Amino acid sequence: MSGTYETKHAETGSAPTPLIEVTGLHKQFASGGRFRRSRRSVHAVDDLAIRIHAGETFALVGESGCGKSTTARLMLSLQQPTSGDIRYKGTPLSMMSEAERRDYRRRVQVVFQDSNSSLNPRKRLGTILTTALTVSGAVADARRAVARAHELMEDVGLSPSASFFDRYPHELSGGQRQRVGIARALAPEPELIIADEPVSALDISVRAQILQLLQRIQRERSVAYLFISHDLSVVRWVAHRVGVMYLGRLVETGPVESVFTRPVHPYTEVLINATPVADPERAQLRHVHVVSGDVPSTTERPSGCPFHPRCPLAVETCRSEVPELLPVGEAHAAACLRATERVEGLRLP
Amino acid sequence: MSPAELQSKTAHPVLAIENLVTEIRSVRGLIRPVDGVSMSFPAGKIVGVVGESGSGKSMTAFSIMQLFPTSAARVAGGRVLLGETDLIGRSPEQMRAIRGSRIGMIFQDPTSFLNPVLTIGRQIEQQLEAHRWTGGPPAGDRGQSYANRVSELLTSVGLPRDVSTRYPHQLSGGQCQRVGIASALACDPDLIIADEPTTALDVTIQAQILRLMMRLQRERAVALMLITHDLGVVAEVCDYVYVMYAGRIVEEGDVRSLFAAPQHPYTRALMSGVLSLTGTGNIGFAVPGSVPDLAAPPSGCRFHPRCPHAMPRCSQEAPPLFDRPSGRSACWLHDEATP
Repeated sequence: MSGTYETKHAETGSAPTPLIEVTGLHKQFASGGRFRRSRRSVHAVDDLAIRIHAGETFALVGESGCGKSTTARLMLSLQQPTSGDIRYKGTPLSMMSEAERRDYRRRVQVVFQDSNSSLNPRKRLGTILTTALTVSGAVADARRAVARAHELMEDVGLSPSASFFDRYPHELSGGQRQRVGIARALAPEPELIIADEPVSALDISVRAQILQLLQRIQRERSVAYLFISHDLSVVRWVAHRVGVMYLGRLVETGPVESVFTRPVHPYTEVLINATPVADPERAQLRHVHVVSGDVPSTTERPSGCPFHPRCPLAVETCRSEVPELLPVGEAHAAACLRATERVEGLRLP
Repeated sequence: MSPAELQSKTAHPVLAIENLVTEIRSVRGLIRPVDGVSMSFPAGKIVGVVGESGSGKSMTAFSIMQLFPTSAARVAGGRVLLGETDLIGRSPEQMRAIRGSRIGMIFQDPTSFLNPVLTIGRQIEQQLEAHRWTGGPPAGDRGQSYANRVSELLTSVGLPRDVSTRYPHQLSGGQCQRVGIASALACDPDLIIADEPTTALDVTIQAQILRLMMRLQRERAVALMLITHDLGVVAEVCDYVYVMYAGRIVEEGDVRSLFAAPQHPYTRALMSGVLSLTGTGNIGFAVPGSVPDLAAPPSGCRFHPRCPHAMPRCSQEAPPLFDRPSGRSACWLHDEATP
């Protein structure tokens, strides 16, 4: 989704106020049994800081339980953070007036992974979209909403819109349903769309169509995406910048090109190595270092660097010291105690 | 296993399916999710079956095992040859004796196929008992030999022995899938069918499981049928691949040559949709439309409504599999008689 974002930055020179700025975000959940003794707390998001600029795609990647979906829910204010700040154009969410909050909820929309369960099965597509338009206040009256819903359907490739308007979600294919989900997210004219695994449930040919659609929408409307995915190859293609999460913490962040070609955090490299390559000549699984062990549960978070029990480069200090996210290159940062050695060429065994 | 033994085992296909047709009765008429499919699974090879949802890849596996998710499904034609014997027409008892012993199975969701109220060890022992496994030392206590076999299996899939005393909920998804592999191997099968075995797992765990499957399959010279939607997984682990579309094989071939020069327009479209970890720029050509409705499949070649090369002939006649340097491909473009 290159183009709009880079050119904008070139014009303005210095970095403008980010659309969304998250700082020191924490989210803890109580977990465990009904008895106090067995209660434990799950640190789902731990000291997260990210910035998303207008018109860019920022991707969060990581394995299950790393906190990427919790981050999405916090940013949608579907859940309240334990501590930390989410600023929208400089204003913290916690300081917003009712009216400002309503506007925030309108400008930040979401596309879910499972379009089957995120669309009301008893509502026709036309109704789903006109409701999104009127409730958000994007259109003034019902007649305008119907016309706008038709435009949105055509826009996302549900064409001719008249043949889709009165259908129910179950009458559509998975790809078509995801298009409805995107149209609904676009209805309130958002500035940021949080896309939580938007193509993970789709077949390969449909996935390409949906990714192309998301790219076109960004070009035309310069909307920003927070793209959440476990699939590095998708992220590589759609994102400008990427953040890699592990057990609730951001372990590496930077421009996609730089993070994918020069990963500093061992976990990032391990993730890249583990991703299957659709080229038998370069098949890598047989050769590269495959990390052992499971992703630990967030209730039993290791001390020090959360990745140290699985890290092939772990040293004694990794057990005790929690590494900070520090710059390792242009706009590229990593939270690894051996980051400097890594930049200087320390490789995985 | 000695190299000579390996050699002799790999000579013949362990399992071959010929012209298999499977039908499902539905309110919308008869559906054929598998329509004239032939495949062959040699010992010591990993054969991939790749396709999108609705391509019939899982139904092909169900048909081999005659274990359908719905009672409305049945094999309507063709043969499934396990060695010399045709599995079609076997009684349910005979099939029960074959499933889990001569054909091992690995499922997508490793947590749901394990019994939550039995320990891991007990479950594998029950399987050995049910199939009267006799691979252990000839003399001695049956129970002891089962217990030894369980710990041997768990060790071979990289699990600590004490996992046998644990319950499924105490294990992670990756560990459960290792148990699944141990169970598939328990009775020394000739063929293992793995249906999307790593789809539910995280990538680092997927890498571990794929490596484990590759190692065990090679050590034991077992034939492995790997059903997946992920071309990356095929390229990483398979020797041979069948590409399925709407119930039929559209292309097959040796993995290296097929990826180097895909012949069928559908295979080419699939590959253009693959996102490489090194590439950037625009996402490749996406095929328009989606997988057809099997209750009313397109006439002729089932891919023709989406095919950029479709000719009049394609909607009238279904193309046979033509021999190609890389394997075989079912497309009229390969017919020399086509103008």
